[in-house]
Amino acid sequence: MDSLDIISRTGVKAQALHGRIEAVVLGVSAGGVDALSILLPALPKDFRPALLIVMHLPRDRPSLLIEIFERKCVLPVREAQDKEPVQPGTVYFAPPDYHLLVDEGPCLSLSADDPVYFSRPSIDVLFESAADIYGSHLAAVILTGANADGARGTAAVREAGGITVAQTPETALAAAMPLAAIARGPIDFILPLEQVARLLRVMGSASGS
Amino acid sequence: MAVKDIDIELRLLLDAIYLKYHYDFRGYAMASLKRRLVQAAERFECRTLSQLQDRLLHEPSTFPMLLDFLTVQVSEMFRDPSYFRSLRERVIPFLSTYPSLKVWVAGCSTGEEVYSLAILLQEEGLLERTLIYATDINTNALQKAEAGVYAVDRIATFTQNHHKSGARSSLSDYYTAAYGNAVFDKSLKAHIVFSDHSLATDSVFAEVQLLSCRNVLIYFNRELQERAIGLFREALCRKGFLGLGSKEFLRFSAHEDAFSEVVRDDRIFQKR
Repeated sequence: MDSLDIISRTGVKAQALHGRIEAVVLGVSAGGVDALSILLPALPKDFRPALLIVMHLPRDRPSLLIEIFERKCVLPVREAQDKEPVQPGTVYFAPPDYHLLVDEGPCLSLSADDPVYFSRPSIDVLFESAADIYGSHLAAVILTGANADGARGTAAVREAGGITVAQTPETALAAAMPLAAIARGPIDFILPLEQVARLLRVMGSASGS
Repeated sequence: MAVKDIDIELRLLLDAIYLKYHYDFRGYAMASLKRRLVQAAERFECRTLSQLQDRLLHEPSTFPMLLDFLTVQVSEMFRDPSYFRSLRERVIPFLSTYPSLKVWVAGCSTGEEVYSLAILLQEEGLLERTLIYATDINTNALQKAEAGVYAVDRIATFTQNHHKSGARSSLSDYYTAAYGNAVFDKSLKAHIVFSDHSLATDSVFAEVQLLSCRNVLIYFNRELQERAIGLFREALCRKGFLGLGSKEFLRFSAHEDAFSEVVRDDRIFQKR
């Protein structure tokens, strides 16, 4: 296993996370489809955490994300529905023009509240609500994007005891989003995409590899 | 796991609001509600929800301001134009067979959707014989709805949406612009009754042929959603129509079998 060489900035050992993480929240914006095309197909069938994703999208067009990633992933890929219980090993995308939150249960909850940083769905809104429900059993991942959404939410995940991950800014199509999260750090893992995929596998697969 | 302090404070605060002001938020979806309350506490310069509770109990003037935090979403006229297009094409032909019509817009907030429906009914020649009930729990919002005054810089979006909904007239036929505002016509308001009503605590007050309640149910927990859908079922006449928000379903509801889908993508249902 090569999982031990994943670099942590904060002394967290990737393998020590195995079995602890119940959900992963992920925020991505500009360059998102390409980034997720590397990350999501790398997740194996026995990946146990639920993966909740906010990707910024134009509000007035139907999202094609489900169709795109259903074909590329071994895990089931769905659009998040209001009051749906969170299922393990399932990839959920926030629908366009709605915030996605995690509520007691845990279940998914949508809101049409005002955009945050001009974004609806907002990464901060998802991360903050998930931090509240999952506490230290949550991992938050910030990938490529051209604004500051997610920095506050990532801090909330850290404060609740969760694990934080950012894409190495130099490897991101748009560096602003990981940079903003890192600026509010510390971030546990700062990694290029392929390594983020490996980290998630180590944390979330039944076999731990 | 130990209950967090903020969750204790949240429950106590909602109980206090119910006991003192008779507004029942206890059946709301907690994640969004908590987010709004935390923002409200910051705005009122309260360090905790307990401090906010203290203010609410001892300074009653705080409550209406809090209510604006908890309830108002700024909507748009003709938001989700395809919903209005579907009403026009699939629902209006049924409605036009009634000699008189009643419509209920539940959770109307500041009124954008109510005026949208009124304009649509006017364009389809039905407004003359229609009475629209526009209800919300927030009386501030209702007053704004009744005034029908919107910032003129929102009109471009409204007009675009209206156009996409299959407009048969120009939106500018229905408002007068003055001092940076657009004021919607009295001729529309004459057919609208604005009234205070809570889906959490009140009962049905009329029988209606069309009920529009969009992006309200998502703020409720399952039990309260179920109560609200029960009210909708009771309020609708046989073959009456129900329109929900684009991410709201009747699936898993005990009332699901009472409705059939008319336009699936636009969440328009018909009572069997």
